Amino acid sequence: MRMTRRSILAATAALPGLWLARPALAQSEVVKIGMITTLSGPGAALGADIRDGFNLAVKHGGGKLGGVAVEVVVADDGLRPENGRAIAERMVRRERVQVLTGIVFSNVLLAVAPVVLPVATYVSANAGPSQLAGEGCHPNYFNVAWQNDNLHEAVGQYLTQRNVRRAFILAPNYPAGRDALTGFKRFYKGEVVAETYTRLDQLDYAAELATIRNASPEAVYIFLPGGLGINFIKQYAAAGLRGRLPLYGPGFSFDQDVLAAVGEDALGCFNSSQWALDLPNSANLTFVETFEREYGRLPSLYASQGFDAANLIGSALAATRGDVSDRAAFAAALKRADFASVRGAFRFGNNNHPIQTIYMREVVRDAKGRIVNRTIGVAFQDHQDAYAAQCRLG
Amino acid sequence: MPTGLRRNRQHTLHRFRIWLFLSPNGAPFRSCPMYPTLLLEQTLNGFTLGVMLFLLAAGLTLIFGVMDVINLAHGSLYMAGAFASAAITARTGSFAAGLLAGVVVGAAFALLLELALIRRLYTRAHLDQVLATFAVILIANETVKILFGPQPIFAAPPRSLSGSVELLPGVLYPAYRLAIIAAGLLAALFLWWLIGRTRLGMLIRAGTTHRQMVQALGVNIKALFAIVFAIGGALAGLAGAMAAPILAVQVGMGEQILILAFVVVVIGGLGSVRGAFLAALLVGLTDTMSRALLPWLMRDLLPPAAADQVAANLSSVAVYLLMAVVLALRPRGLFPAHG
Repeated sequence: MRMTRRSILAATAALPGLWLARPALAQSEVVKIGMITTLSGPGAALGADIRDGFNLAVKHGGGKLGGVAVEVVVADDGLRPENGRAIAERMVRRERVQVLTGIVFSNVLLAVAPVVLPVATYVSANAGPSQLAGEGCHPNYFNVAWQNDNLHEAVGQYLTQRNVRRAFILAPNYPAGRDALTGFKRFYKGEVVAETYTRLDQLDYAAELATIRNASPEAVYIFLPGGLGINFIKQYAAAGLRGRLPLYGPGFSFDQDVLAAVGEDALGCFNSSQWALDLPNSANLTFVETFEREYGRLPSLYASQGFDAANLIGSALAATRGDVSDRAAFAAALKRADFASVRGAFRFGNNNHPIQTIYMREVVRDAKGRIVNRTIGVAFQDHQDAYAAQCRLG
Repeated sequence: MPTGLRRNRQHTLHRFRIWLFLSPNGAPFRSCPMYPTLLLEQTLNGFTLGVMLFLLAAGLTLIFGVMDVINLAHGSLYMAGAFASAAITARTGSFAAGLLAGVVVGAAFALLLELALIRRLYTRAHLDQVLATFAVILIANETVKILFGPQPIFAAPPRSLSGSVELLPGVLYPAYRLAIIAAGLLAALFLWWLIGRTRLGMLIRAGTTHRQMVQALGVNIKALFAIVFAIGGALAGLAGAMAAPILAVQVGMGEQILILAFVVVVIGGLGSVRGAFLAALLVGLTDTMSRALLPWLMRDLLPPAAADQVAANLSSVAVYLLMAVVLALRPRGLFPAHG
């Protein structure tokens, strides 16, 4: 049994390997960047945005990042940790890829990290599990997006600033859902009226909505990824709660991918993000304009993170002149974060996670009639995650 | 006993009394004017889920009762109805056309399934039927993935039903959900008439209880089975079409609800449409009420952090606990059809 499974695994791993072997032989000075991301199933839109944002930066450089020719090798993990791990093993062992990025989901990243980090550098463009931010931080691991708790903490902080005294909070009953509400409560000083956990496969929230109405809180905070959030927001509006009771969430619950499906039912909802379409720095203006021209849709925060990951890697490639084999030198170059982030000011903390401003956004209809997020305030200035103190990196 | 605990207990009792429409002094509603409206709203929520489950379970239980076939692919009929209605609604802009498409596709798919596959399985063991209809699930899911892609479709309710209705002063309830309840009750009424008052219904009832005798009397049993299967498919398609605007239309949506539909069939008694109706409402109410009430009750018994967690875990198994209790008291379900 084990023999057959191994050989099947080896065969499936080898097939794409053959496919990719040809260009590698021809151009040895090209730096390969392995992108493991989610391109099928319910999380497919997130991975596609990270990939497209990354590729846009490569395209800006004419096939180069930081003046060094790169080849982006994309693979779909299908939101399965075991797939991600198999792909990572193939990339670092067979194809000798030394820089990797792209993973969307924390459970995939946690399966991949032990394979990649001893022999290669990983730049996370999305997932930021606490395990890699605290004691388990690693000199070869960088996160250019956020630590998982950050956006939830931001809404907690914002509601505290706004003196909101009673909040109703809700998330699915799984590890990331419980972490989200823990992050929220870390900075929320008012009363949590109820902390509700729903089933991860639940699509009808009628019972919870009636309970929310009855509890009459001053604000509702949800973390419901993907289709769950889309349903909740639509039902929130259908129940007549939108406009009466402000609904808050992390940026993931109200970003462009969700807004496209929910439409005007999301108008007037608030969310937190380290990036927004309307941030007025020049890097962002160029990014938003070229992304829309290239792909015919507005970028999401995932796309901005993919774009930043590419430019961060580009800055380190420029500093090391494309030499990625000296892991320590490459890491030191990454840590300087010498690139123009589309979110504005950006630097790394001791644990290679961002110290950054987190904004509050409101869903509005813009001048062109599109439903987008508008920046309305700042929740945190120079915010660092809660786990940095446990990390022993300098 | 520590006073804190005793106070907690009394508090819980007090809340229970309110839920039984009694305030502590015996006068209804006086102390907590909000609670009855919440109870009304949650009851309606329970009914919404209940009638949808009934539409699925009625077909399942008929097919099992009359034909003695376990049809796991019943969820695929529901999915087919949902996708057909979403596609036709998007194309024509008419929700009614979409609803009709859902029913027609559900019935047609069921008929095709019966003629091509199920017909060959009547004499086979249940395990063979499970195996064959499970294969149908896999094929249906892949086909839908090829036709519509892996991303879920989010349909909207018709404009005329997209608002809320004020049931009582201050109690808003989505109009579309009321329409679902009405449609479900109409379907139940139709089934009651069909089974209780028509010749076809007589044959169905006879087929459930005295199969050999019906065959011996020269009834075209093949045609009867095909019709029953098509009725089941039409009901599943209707459920799918109605569910489309409040749930997500996606691959695998059938399996998720099928498990609950089987629970309904088991609680109601195999083959009994009346039992399925009662059990569906019971399951719908149990699921909704446990989600609404348990967090609240647990908060009186446990510290808040633990209470929310325990309530979440407990409410997700509440329906199965109900099934266990019913089966312990009535091992053949509420209204067993086979006597």
